[in-house]
Amino acid sequence: MIKILLVTALALSIVACGDRIKPDEPANASDEDTSGATAGGIDGADGNGGTALEGGKLVSYEEGAINDPDNVLSEKIVYFGFDSNAVGDDFVELVKHHGKYLSFNVNASVRLEGHADERGTREYNVALAESRAQAVKQLMLYEGASNEQISVISYGEEKPVAFGQDEESMSLNRRVEIVYQ
Amino acid sequence: MKTIILGLLCLSFASVAQAVLKIDITEGTEGALPIAVVPFKWHGSKMISDGDVSAIVASDLARSGKFSPVDEKDLIARPNKLADVHYKTWRIAGMDHIVIGNVTLQPNGTYQVEFRLIDILKGKQVLGYSFAATKDTIRTIAHQISDYVFTHITGMPGAFGTRIAYVTVQRSKKGISSRLQVSDTDGYNPQTLLTSNEPIMSPAWSPNGAELAYVSFENGQAEIFTHNIRTGKRKSRSKFKGLNGSPAWSPDGKKLAVTLSKDGNPDIYILNIKDNKAKRLTNHWAIDTEAVWLPDGKAIIYTSSRSGKPQLYRQSIWGNAKPERLTYEGRYNANASVSADGKHIAYVHGEGNVYRIALLELATKSSRILTDGPLDESPEYAPNNSMILFASQEKRKAILAAVSVDGRQKQRLVFTDGEVREPSWAAVRY
Repeated sequence: MIKILLVTALALSIVACGDRIKPDEPANASDEDTSGATAGGIDGADGNGGTALEGGKLVSYEEGAINDPDNVLSEKIVYFGFDSNAVGDDFVELVKHHGKYLSFNVNASVRLEGHADERGTREYNVALAESRAQAVKQLMLYEGASNEQISVISYGEEKPVAFGQDEESMSLNRRVEIVYQ
Repeated sequence: MKTIILGLLCLSFASVAQAVLKIDITEGTEGALPIAVVPFKWHGSKMISDGDVSAIVASDLARSGKFSPVDEKDLIARPNKLADVHYKTWRIAGMDHIVIGNVTLQPNGTYQVEFRLIDILKGKQVLGYSFAATKDTIRTIAHQISDYVFTHITGMPGAFGTRIAYVTVQRSKKGISSRLQVSDTDGYNPQTLLTSNEPIMSPAWSPNGAELAYVSFENGQAEIFTHNIRTGKRKSRSKFKGLNGSPAWSPDGKKLAVTLSKDGNPDIYILNIKDNKAKRLTNHWAIDTEAVWLPDGKAIIYTSSRSGKPQLYRQSIWGNAKPERLTYEGRYNANASVSADGKHIAYVHGEGNVYRIALLELATKSSRILTDGPLDESPEYAPNNSMILFASQEKRKAILAAVSVDGRQKQRLVFTDGEVREPSWAAVRY
């Protein structure tokens, strides 16, 4: 579950975010904190490529932010429901962040790798997993990423990451991996 | 339960050189025809390894589900010459047919293999052939004998002498190793056509048994190849942006039905082998995939999610024909395999979390479930319509299994290591 925390406490966020902070940007308030790790941030999600704090993690669209384990963009897997290609509420924001990152970093590009669980037929699952990757791509395009920045490949059920037959393993395999090139 | 263990020699890869394919007939011999296959007598040589012709024939006939060969130890007599066959004794023992034969070492080092099929009720030989074999071809000859016997008694063409193809996967910490393998129909003599660290999918035999079409991800995307099994030469057929999947040869071998998503979402295209040009057949926002041809080459059956869930549809390949929905029972019906006479399809039927192989009679649209699941897939009709090969799981291990079309007889084909999946059965041995 990802919720954007937009807080005014500048002092804390300066400590947390260092030079990513742009203190002259507008800031909105929020009182929710799910992790307790970091308390504040600055709203950067207004199209300027700025910085925000999110749960225990921050959001930054600056180049390389995708490799920062403290950044939301370090999350690069989107999970799906059975036989569904709908990006769930839990992941829409994450996908949008990646779409924004691409729009701010025109030299960045991603490969979206679609996967399915083992239930159902193999070729149908390749098609299903592609439609998942396409759904992720579409959301990224809405956020300003360009077609040229996004390639799609579907592996269907051929590359599972979990091998159990329980629902948890299945759900881990129904995914789109966002792989920066 | 009958168990036949066949040691496999893998020609290409040491890591699977010791792989053993074990065939268990797990359920039912009820209704199968009694037959006695008497051990062939060897002349001028002891039986060579791989040369147990009668055991190979008995195993083939048993696997067909149509026959119930007598256990060798229960044979009441072991004649090798027609003159030594006592019809009355065999009749009392309840045998309708017996097979006898001899293998004779020739001065040039080859073997003469002869067999006779004897109809006990008619009291005479009804079939007799002699073949020249070497130690390398004697198993193939044995499968041919099975085909002769099977065809004579059932009236259906045999399918033991051809080949099967399948994909194996071994997983290690370094990743996956996929192999495209070709073997005799009993799993013997496996040979590796392709090894890759990326997935290999959907092997399909050309109608003349000379080539396989398949999907390989070796170049970083899904790509369809055709691969001549004898020369090893292969051609890239389709590497459009997006999906390139589900190749299916037309009955005349001149076209491939394929799934492409180059124009947006997965649709069926007909690819001309001669010039590699693909023409769109279906055009729908939903998923259309897994096309297979009807034997007349005029229509295909495919999986489509246009109703919301995957179901099977039939559509003419000419003009803007309307698809006809074939399946209505259950929320998941996919991946059809058409019988050689075009009257039935085998397909995957999903209900809840259980996926089983089912059979649909096209004329009446009546269906029945053949297997138990829970994750059965990739059904493949034997070219003689007698049985259906499919991929199954047993204790989390991917295996091949076979079921007779009446659902009565079931077998497992278990490899000792690695996963095995996506069987394809050649109609002809090239």
